[in-house]
Amino acid sequence: MREISLHILDIAKNSVRAKATLITLGVEVDDAADTLVFSVKDNGCGMSEELLKTVTDPFTTTRTTRKVGLGLPLLRTNTELTGGGIEITSTVGVGTLVKATFGLSSIDRMPLGDLSETVITLVSGSPEVDFVLNVKRGEQEFCFDTAAIKQMLGVSVLDEAEVLQYLTEYVRENIVFIKDI
Amino acid sequence: MKSLEELKAIRDRMQGQLASRDHVGEQDTRVVVGMATCGIAAGARPVLNRFMEEVTKRELHSVKVVQTGCIGMCRLEPIVEVYAPGQEKVTYVKVQPEMVARIVSDHLVGGNVVTEYTIKD
Repeated sequence: MREISLHILDIAKNSVRAKATLITLGVEVDDAADTLVFSVKDNGCGMSEELLKTVTDPFTTTRTTRKVGLGLPLLRTNTELTGGGIEITSTVGVGTLVKATFGLSSIDRMPLGDLSETVITLVSGSPEVDFVLNVKRGEQEFCFDTAAIKQMLGVSVLDEAEVLQYLTEYVRENIVFIKDI
Repeated sequence: MKSLEELKAIRDRMQGQLASRDHVGEQDTRVVVGMATCGIAAGARPVLNRFMEEVTKRELHSVKVVQTGCIGMCRLEPIVEVYAPGQEKVTYVKVQPEMVARIVSDHLVGGNVVTEYTIKD
């Protein structure tokens, strides 16, 4: 992965496959603690304790077409390279929370990248799922909630290309405070 | 500055056109982008977004850009499959954002497959 935002996209796709109806993405840049933390929280099917133990092993996967799954192992490696790590908590029938911590000033930390494009890619890929994005850096905060936008537009899915493109720019303009991180 | 009020106004203006294009279905061309870990790592996200931009810009209402999981040839990602009605599936491999405009103009608009971007024998 070339960007942290691509990891976010990849991990959130796991939530979609776990049949989540609400996926909350958090990104927090903490300059004082020198960390960049992202979290992906869902209300999907959750994982059993056995699966949770082996889930960052590349030879663990739920798919049936082959026996490897690289999303979480790659993320774990990339966080550990920067002095951080990942934490996963999950309850069957309730949902899963994946939290990834990167050392902000570590030379091995990849750039955050295009978070806006990641969020809108998720929305366009799963228009029926609700996504919330919370971005925070010090005093600056931005919250984006697709359920509120659907309600405002009076639609049940966000799948029109023109609307999605407008929202990409809208999110991009509102998270300039973490641009080039 | 973009605002959600402006978005609502834009959508209200579009609504008339939208109603007519929601029920196309059968005659649609589908552009399918592989978006599993392999595709994402190889750069599929900007490719997908370039397709969405081009298709919107050219107002190709019968083209649907959709995402799928792993197509099965991870070393050839990003992979884009084009399913046009009445035609065989075309698979483009190692697609980069700068290749998208040509696939849209030559193939989706002109009907000519860009063979140099497909799998070589």
